[in-house]
Amino acid sequence: MTEIASQSTAIKDSISKPGGTSVSVTIKHRWSQVKDAWHEYHTMYLFMLPFVILFIIFVVAPVITAIYLSFTYYNMLEPPRWIGISNYRLLFLEDDVFVTAIKNTVIFAIITGPLGYCISFTLAWFINRLRLRQLYTLAFYAPSLTSGIAISVIWLYFFANDRYGLINYTLINMGVITEPVAWLTEQSTIMPVIIIISLWMSMGTSFLVFLAGLQSVPMELYEAGLVDGIRNGFQEVIYITLPIMKPQLLFGAVMAIVNSFAVFQVAAQVAGVPSPLYAGHTIVAHLYMYGFIHFEMGYAAAIAVVLFVMTFILGQLALRLFSERG
Amino acid sequence: MEISIGRKFRLRRLIKRQASPMEYIVMTLLALFTMLPIVYMVSTAFKPLEEMFLYPPRFLVRHPTFRNFAELVIAIDSFEVPFSRYLFNSLLVATVTSGASVILSSLAAYPLAKYPRMPGAKLFFGIIISALMFAPEVTQIPRYLIVDRLGMIDTYFGLIIPSLAGSYGLFLMKQFMEQLPIELIEAAKVDGATEWRIFWQIVMPLVRPAWITLIIFSFIGTWNDFFTPLIFTRSEQMKTLPLMMSNISGGPGVVARWGAVAAASLVITLPTLIIFVLLQRYVMETMAYSGIKS
Repeated sequence: MTEIASQSTAIKDSISKPGGTSVSVTIKHRWSQVKDAWHEYHTMYLFMLPFVILFIIFVVAPVITAIYLSFTYYNMLEPPRWIGISNYRLLFLEDDVFVTAIKNTVIFAIITGPLGYCISFTLAWFINRLRLRQLYTLAFYAPSLTSGIAISVIWLYFFANDRYGLINYTLINMGVITEPVAWLTEQSTIMPVIIIISLWMSMGTSFLVFLAGLQSVPMELYEAGLVDGIRNGFQEVIYITLPIMKPQLLFGAVMAIVNSFAVFQVAAQVAGVPSPLYAGHTIVAHLYMYGFIHFEMGYAAAIAVVLFVMTFILGQLALRLFSERG
Repeated sequence: MEISIGRKFRLRRLIKRQASPMEYIVMTLLALFTMLPIVYMVSTAFKPLEEMFLYPPRFLVRHPTFRNFAELVIAIDSFEVPFSRYLFNSLLVATVTSGASVILSSLAAYPLAKYPRMPGAKLFFGIIISALMFAPEVTQIPRYLIVDRLGMIDTYFGLIIPSLAGSYGLFLMKQFMEQLPIELIEAAKVDGATEWRIFWQIVMPLVRPAWITLIIFSFIGTWNDFFTPLIFTRSEQMKTLPLMMSNISGGPGVVARWGAVAAASLVITLPTLIIFVLLQRYVMETMAYSGIKS
């Protein structure tokens, strides 16, 4: 069957292109390669099939659809209407709130990304030297285990606007402030509060990756380092630990970029969507607002594409940065 | 040059890999500081209502009571469905999602790890790595449209199936399977074992730490997920614990029941803490392999 099919393609090809024997030969060659691969690996392709099908339906297709929808007007009631780059023009030239969202997201990402990353590594490095490692790990990882919605109730109490709020109470007691601060409604404090909460919860997956990476550095390397004249822990980290842990560090960097640009849940829970004067408005909050409150799917898709492009470029930069260092 | 005594001590610590007492003190303080919200959560769940609105506010509970849990049950009684329904939904969705995604990702990771020269393997893995780089929110809208088109809105299928093909899980399993010696698989092949048998009887038992880790991440992620059930469900019967929680804690016209909210926070968080404590050592074994090789 397959052979006949391959021959017929080859014949068709040579007919449609007079004197194209070389073309037909390459196609024939290609086809036989495919056949060989199938013969050798068909069980393996079957192993991958269920995952690939779901991956295409629920990951690849949504990305392609998002890109298409971003060029349309679509309110979910009428079929999408092609409007070219209008969404993008509106987004960048007229939507002041989106500019605020980008600004907030970038500020958030610049602070929590690198800082959370460094804190994770530093804490992992110290924990690795302690006894009762599992206990310390649990203590630092626990905030990441909690459901955002459950923990946000606690944050709301910590940062409550009146003097019943724990932070206000403590600061008044210490004499730092005299009147309670409206942390979650004041424009100037919303973003800092979101950043503080996120840093508090930043010991997540990357933190565990770093811990495991530290445990996997061979002891002999440290001993060799001492012989070679390494004097202190700092030198040891720079010359031995970091180079060995490059794969984990890259993984952590990619995670940090993705997570810090996708900031939404904490912001939405403590400040609401939309937040007072859009002070806690992020790109994903904007996407959520248009997609699931206003039902302007085309516009929301354009926001999604912009976020994807930003994350992807930074992710590629991180990949390049880490592969050059080695 | 003479080495000072202080430096000698530091060097010995470096050699023996011991932490100084100072490090223990600082790290313990930091750990306690990080734990504050959790401690507060546990303590508040047992506070009687009077203690919750004390001024000055008190961090720890003085007269612990189970009244909040009773209030939680009463609060939920006024909803269309009982608490057990939310709990059942959460347990079912998290268990099936984590179990099935482990099997699917492991099956797909095996060829990528053991036959990297298989045509298409490189391309596929490249796509997986890129998929890892974009936030899931990016694809929420089209995914909603697809789930809607497939008629899976407001069903358990809708809550489970779209989350099964995660790039993170596949990636984790592939890294771990790559560490297995190829000779083991070759030997089994010589003995006449099929790939299917090799996978289930040799590979999977050997990478047990990897898939246990994946189960933890997937279970906790699904358990805590607020966004997916929010947009993929409509009826109260299909909602999960995080959505129930947001029902109790506020919304327009709802008088927040602080006792019930405090109890619910603990109820939702407890399972994830227990699972992590029980399975933590497997996490430590696995994560070293999840670095990206560049």
